[in-house]
Amino acid sequence: MSEKSGETAVRKKAGGFFARLGSKISALFSGVIHGGIAPKLSCAFMGIGQILQGQIVKGILYALTEVLFVLFMVFFGGNYLGKFLFSGHLGTIEEHNVEVNGILEPVAGDNSMLILLYGIASLIVVILFVTLWVMNVKGAVENDADLKNGKKLRTLKQDAARFINEKFYITLLVPPMIGILVFTVLPLIFMILIAFTNYDYQHLPPKHLFDWVGLQNFANLFTLSGTSSFALVFLRVLLWTFVWAFIATFSNYFAGMIFALMINKKSIKLKVLWRTMFVLAIAIPNFVTLLLMSKILDSDGILNVIFGTHIFWLSDIRYASIIPRIMIILVNMWIGIPYTILMCSGILMNIPDELYEAAKLDGANPIQIFIKITLPYMFHATGPYLITQFVGNLNNFNVIWLLTGGGPGDNVLYGAGNAKSTDLLVTWLFRLTTDNNPQYNMASVIGIIVFVISASLSLITYNRSKATKNEEEFQ
Amino acid sequence: MKQGGQFHIGQRTRNIVGDSAIYIILAVFGILWVLPIVYLLYTAFRVTPDTGIINKLVPDDLQLGFGNFYKLFTETQFGLWLRNTFFVAVCSCTITTLFILMTSYAFSRMRFKMRRPLMNFMLILGMFPGFMSMIAIYFILKAMGLTNSLFALIIVYSAGGGLSYYICKGFFDTIPRSLQEAAMLDGASQWTIFWKVTIPLSKPIILYTVLTSFIGPWCDFIFAKIIINRTSPELFTVAIGLYDLINADAGSFNTWFTVFCAGSVIVGTIITILFLSMQKYYVQGVSQGAVKD
Repeated sequence: MSEKSGETAVRKKAGGFFARLGSKISALFSGVIHGGIAPKLSCAFMGIGQILQGQIVKGILYALTEVLFVLFMVFFGGNYLGKFLFSGHLGTIEEHNVEVNGILEPVAGDNSMLILLYGIASLIVVILFVTLWVMNVKGAVENDADLKNGKKLRTLKQDAARFINEKFYITLLVPPMIGILVFTVLPLIFMILIAFTNYDYQHLPPKHLFDWVGLQNFANLFTLSGTSSFALVFLRVLLWTFVWAFIATFSNYFAGMIFALMINKKSIKLKVLWRTMFVLAIAIPNFVTLLLMSKILDSDGILNVIFGTHIFWLSDIRYASIIPRIMIILVNMWIGIPYTILMCSGILMNIPDELYEAAKLDGANPIQIFIKITLPYMFHATGPYLITQFVGNLNNFNVIWLLTGGGPGDNVLYGAGNAKSTDLLVTWLFRLTTDNNPQYNMASVIGIIVFVISASLSLITYNRSKATKNEEEFQ
Repeated sequence: MKQGGQFHIGQRTRNIVGDSAIYIILAVFGILWVLPIVYLLYTAFRVTPDTGIINKLVPDDLQLGFGNFYKLFTETQFGLWLRNTFFVAVCSCTITTLFILMTSYAFSRMRFKMRRPLMNFMLILGMFPGFMSMIAIYFILKAMGLTNSLFALIIVYSAGGGLSYYICKGFFDTIPRSLQEAAMLDGASQWTIFWKVTIPLSKPIILYTVLTSFIGPWCDFIFAKIIINRTSPELFTVAIGLYDLINADAGSFNTWFTVFCAGSVIVGTIITILFLSMQKYYVQGVSQGAVKD
């Protein structure tokens, strides 16, 4: 019921968006049609209208933008954009040999990777240009109306002043947005589209072309066939990723909370000493700790020397690699618990003493007090933190990569996908893109799945946290 | 029921037993937490035997001293790595901090049509795993002719800076609007308000942002490893430098482990000093920016 109404709400919202867009477009065009000559000229070539209306510098800037855009499209973007959008393939000519004076010489063909990358980039440029063009027409129409009503147009100085006052947000947002557009949005679109191609080691540009394959990669990932299919490997890695994230999050959480409770117990002395002993671990950067631990746990490492054993702590493959998996979780506790202790100490101090005293008067024992008062209070205060931690652990690249590198390798269970037994989805993704036989297509399918999982979990936290709802409350 | 006195004695013994148990647990685990650090220091100062693999915890020919630190600066390019990391960290933290402040101010203090959609869009963007776009970023940098350079690293660390506006915006939200309105009545532009009203009031969050973005390059190693070639050690940051020291080939653990530990001690000291000196602001910035119940 509620789901359905939600759906209609979304549809209404989307419909409303398009309706508004439509009415805006028609308003713009009626403005152009009923206006004077200037808006029409601005429509045809950016800036001409403004020049006619007397905003000369603004007009020249607009005109220059259009000239640059046309030059860009003619000499660079148009070619890639055409191949990317309209040919249905990512390049058609493979590198081939041509006989020159009796000698075969290789001639470069299309480069599918560049067609895709530059195609997307050009598309973004086109969208930006259209936005500017609309702004230019809108401006010309407004100017036209103002002139008719006998108002004076803004001078260049006034226009510039607007960008540090009422339009200051544009000035503020443009530089960060360019960074995000080029180094986050563009790469993301690129990688998402790769999921629908066959870009792997058999189709590496510039020697070979790759092409669209539709949903083939997703089908590969979800079709179980045989005993060592990609799908099976994926399920194993997914399962371990969740098991790991669950154990890593809650082991740190509860152990940290218990240590914090012990340190903060009223009758315990030397609190600073105990806290320092744990918190000291934070001083060392994460990657140093992990490299150090990986060497301590080496088969030649100091741990085996002390115990006089010869255990492969991080590479024993027996029993589904249970020893490396346990060691990873223990090392992660060593790293994570100090942070939990710090956080929990703060929250524990906030629990009102009256609650405890009332419980004691009612004859509650320490365990009951812990379960009925401390735990609920902690859960309430740290709910969002737990989800964030969980998502962080799903994507905890460093711990796995620096300790075991995803290993030990187990060809029986993981052969098909080139995964290893302690691999998380993200370390697997990393290996798929960086080793000698890269499979970019499968890596980006996995990336999309990781995104769906972490985004849905994060959205729960985001929607629950009051910070977003009560935005105006503090102002 | 027991009589009052007996109950009290029972309670007290129970408390003593309980507390002793807690002391023992804290001591045991506290030592467990300190031991790896002690081992790191011990190895850093262990001049002989200078091998990574030792067959006794205290070898017969044990000698402590500063030899590994000397080796670190003479036989590896650690000094250069420190300089590279410092350079990258300073540049990227300046850009990142500016981007975050700009984005946060626009979202917190100004109202415009695209505000909500943009905020949500950026929030969702931040949820994609960074590794996913890494290869594409590499291709883009390559197309720009920028790979294998420190500038590429700076760009990668700071270009997406605006995305982490969340905590800083939360902080700006807590600055009373009346201040801004008063300034506006006095005829101040948004530009003036940004620089003269908001920024001076935001010392904790600025320091927090500076600190976190400064530490990033010291700890990141995945992006650095992708962008900087293994064959140009003169461009390494400390993270990949130290990683490479003990992972370059099969024998390097044995040869370089003591030197690696010396380097780790230096990096650890730098980061600790940074944290301690800014701890106060760190706590202030985060708690005001994030906790709003």
